[in-house]
Amino acid sequence: MKTSETHSVILNVNGTAYTLDLMPWVSLLDVLREEIHLTGTKKGCDHGQCGACTAIVDGKRILTCLTLGVMKNGSEITTIEGVADGENLHPLQKAFIEHDAFQCGYCTPGQICSAIGLLKEGKAKDREEVKELMSGNLCRCGANKGIINAIMAVKEGGSDE
Amino acid sequence: MNNFSYTKVANVNQAISQIDADIRNKIVAGGTNINDLLKYFITKADKLVDINAITEHNSIVRLDNGGVRLGALHTNADTAYDPIIEERYPLLSKAILSGASAQIRNMATNGGNLLQRTRCYYFYDINTPCNKRDPGSGCSAINGYNRIHAILGQNKNCIAVFPSDMCVALSALNATVNISGPDGERVVDFADFHRLPGDTPNIDNNLKHGEVITSIDLPEKGFEKNYSYLKLRDRSSYSFALVSVATGFDIQNGIIKEARIALGGVAHKPWRVKEAEDFLLDKEPTQENITEAANIILKGAMGYQHNSFKIILAKKAIIRNCIMALNPESQRPGAKASL
Repeated sequence: MKTSETHSVILNVNGTAYTLDLMPWVSLLDVLREEIHLTGTKKGCDHGQCGACTAIVDGKRILTCLTLGVMKNGSEITTIEGVADGENLHPLQKAFIEHDAFQCGYCTPGQICSAIGLLKEGKAKDREEVKELMSGNLCRCGANKGIINAIMAVKEGGSDE
Repeated sequence: MNNFSYTKVANVNQAISQIDADIRNKIVAGGTNINDLLKYFITKADKLVDINAITEHNSIVRLDNGGVRLGALHTNADTAYDPIIEERYPLLSKAILSGASAQIRNMATNGGNLLQRTRCYYFYDINTPCNKRDPGSGCSAINGYNRIHAILGQNKNCIAVFPSDMCVALSALNATVNISGPDGERVVDFADFHRLPGDTPNIDNNLKHGEVITSIDLPEKGFEKNYSYLKLRDRSSYSFALVSVATGFDIQNGIIKEARIALGGVAHKPWRVKEAEDFLLDKEPTQENITEAANIILKGAMGYQHNSFKIILAKKAIIRNCIMALNPESQRPGAKASL
């Protein structure tokens, strides 16, 4: 629906430029899921409390539920669909499988995007700091130990690509 | 959310004229609070004015007076990890990093941190009376579930607390807030920026509609040798404070020459008591003296059915934090504070 209220916005998502006409009040999360149909990014609480909607925007991990599509005009966005290299999984995706880092999997895209951001930021020195800097991603299955194990394995393996 | 229009502005004057035009035009920067409040219909907007393109207030710069200026649009994360802040104002860095989550700190701006609204459950529940959300409707918290609520400075109109950690450190550091508005620029001392509920608990601070925070200035003194920030909450991370304490000491030859103690999570604004800080002047930082300062700070504290524990919690938090400030290394996880 195009009305006088829509804004023409270009979002570069996982290497593809999307030109969209957006209502101002649509969250970036809803744009990704409902307009671009990339449903890997999950809607958990929709209020910035769970981290399921985490994606990487202009190089930083953010909560896509707390920003608007119109505010991110021109941004480079990486979602869980864009972290693998073709058929080759991202090291964190492999590590999540190896370390049994999920059960239901609902929080996993946000966990992995958050962990990619964490490793890129380079502020976590040890396991305690990884836990602290991953605290914005909740896992209600209780797979947290596996999640931290997976991140530590990649961190200590020296690869964050 | 209600339907609203959206515009992006390129400079402060455009931002001021856009919001000054209508009381229902609101600024959005990081968006972490206002977008949530809009979703809950707590805040309503006719127009959101996006100020993120204003680059002149998105940096950290040294001032000629020895202080440092924090751009209002600089993010909380970039501020906390800035080498100047880490080295000269570690109290601020630590306070910021104890708030929210990494993702939210990557989005949230310094100006917005000052303007975040209370996390009182009744403020967030639009089906219950709340004088802050709906003036004159009453306070549901006073006789409700008030575990997280105020013990200092509150009244029958409102017992909500201000949730920021960053602002507790800014209060202790005697920061000043630079504001631009339709009538020009003004500077407000941090102590005068936020306000107590009084008869208008719907008003959190003294920023007038049409005004914009452009930056926050830190004085030269950063208390980098003797500082500590302690945040006590229901889980160890990603939770708002029940009680938090920021302490900065200037200690020379074993004597306190200057003391700053600010509390968070206990009042409608960051809480400081000059009498307590003055009491510590020219005294040794003993547990006895610190305890007396804590008693002075909490004089007049009053609890409700579910939050009276905060009075003793605050007292012990002040004592422990002031002891940790004597040896900032003792803030490491697992380290024990002792004299």
